[in-house]
Amino acid sequence: MQPLLTAEDVTYSFGPTHALDSASLRVYAGEVLALMGPSGSGKSTLLHCLAGILTPDSGQVTFDGRDITAMSDTARSALRRTDFGFVFQFGQLVPELSCLENVALPLRLAGVGRREAQRRSAEWLERLEVADVAGKRPGQASGGQGQRVAVARALVTRPRVIFADEPTGALDSLNGERVMQLFIAAARDTGAAVVLVTHEARVAAYSDREAVVRDGRVREQEYAR
Amino acid sequence: MSVGYAILGLLENGPRHGYDLKRSYDERFGHGRALHYGQVYSTLARLLKNGLVEVESEPGEGPDRKRYAITTAGVTDMEGWLGTPEKPEPYLQSTLYTKVVLALLTGRDAADVLDGQRTEHLRLMRELTRRKTDGDLADQLICDHALFHLEADLRWLELTAARLDQLAARVR
Ligand SMILES: Nc1ncnc2c1ncn2[C@@H]1O[C@H](COP(=O)(O)OP(=O)(O)OP(=O)(O)O)[C@@H](O)[C@H]1O
Ligand SMILES: [Mg+2]
Repeated sequence: MQPLLTAEDVTYSFGPTHALDSASLRVYAGEVLALMGPSGSGKSTLLHCLAGILTPDSGQVTFDGRDITAMSDTARSALRRTDFGFVFQFGQLVPELSCLENVALPLRLAGVGRREAQRRSAEWLERLEVADVAGKRPGQASGGQGQRVAVARALVTRPRVIFADEPTGALDSLNGERVMQLFIAAARDTGAAVVLVTHEARVAAYSDREAVVRDGRVREQEYAR
Repeated sequence: MSVGYAILGLLENGPRHGYDLKRSYDERFGHGRALHYGQVYSTLARLLKNGLVEVESEPGEGPDRKRYAITTAGVTDMEGWLGTPEKPEPYLQSTLYTKVVLALLTGRDAADVLDGQRTEHLRLMRELTRRKTDGDLADQLICDHALFHLEADLRWLELTAARLDQLAARVR
């Protein structure tokens, strides 16, 4: 089986700090991969390199056989919009827009008409059990509701990979569990692969496989499915 | 788990047959490990001998004609058990810790021991998480109990991995 997304000997430094030191990783289509490891080990940096947000100092990142490190910024942004979805620790929703408009935003950017975008977004909010906050601003929703809206926004364009960095890091364990259950079930339904950064084993337990980052290097569990 | 107390407790709401007790026990407390009939009847025999249950026989033949009822002494015993906290597990005789120290002592790779264990723990946690996701409230609670314990082990594995160099210096 060919991996969908790979990092090959990726190195990245923030000034004198070597955040990634020859890190390699494979992500297969449709799998849920947990990226674990201690704080400061390079998990978020690796995620950002895989998602084309950061450009590695050396090494390669490929998506669907294409070297994304060699792409133009425009091509890379387009790829992020169409094929990738993102969920961060704190929803990072646009505070001025309603929750529904937040979910609809990536569709609108992709050229989907307003009504169609809102219809699909409403479906996703329903699916994530937060239809009731559709008309509210993110500031008026609870942390758990906000994360579900963020998950809906990540899924609405049906991306092939969803990058999630501590998606439940700011939630209590009961809320975190519910978000994970809904998130992973929905991702599996759409066939999206999920790269899930977490240092919580209970969250990682929703994955199919784990990779551990230590001191900027990755130890990847072999695929066993 | 104390099968005896579980059976006593199930009898508190009214007398029951042995097979009925087994079914109720399996449903509530079995969690993938059902009781054998032999266990049910040997437990009932012990409770009988200690005067905690008594037999109400029904007309007819065979062991299934017997209905068991809890006695006053049984109710008192049950109350005492519920009122006594369980001794917390001290977790001081850790095989994992022993393995790590022995790996260091003999010049083997202790990080491999820790990593292998993490993979194994996560494998079980995934299985329990799936069971929990598909299950009812009882499954969720029992799986969560197991998951929290496994998570604690994993946190220890992580912490130990981070302190391996320090530990190696002390062990040698
Ligand atoms: N913007 C930045 N500027 C300078 N150094 C950074 C920056 N971002 C990360 N680093 C450093 O790079 C290293 C890796 O950081 P990274 O954020 O990838 O870790 P992490 O594994 O995600 O940690 P955490 O679990 O705490 O989120 C750390 O030493 C960190 O201090
Ligand atoms: Mg991080």
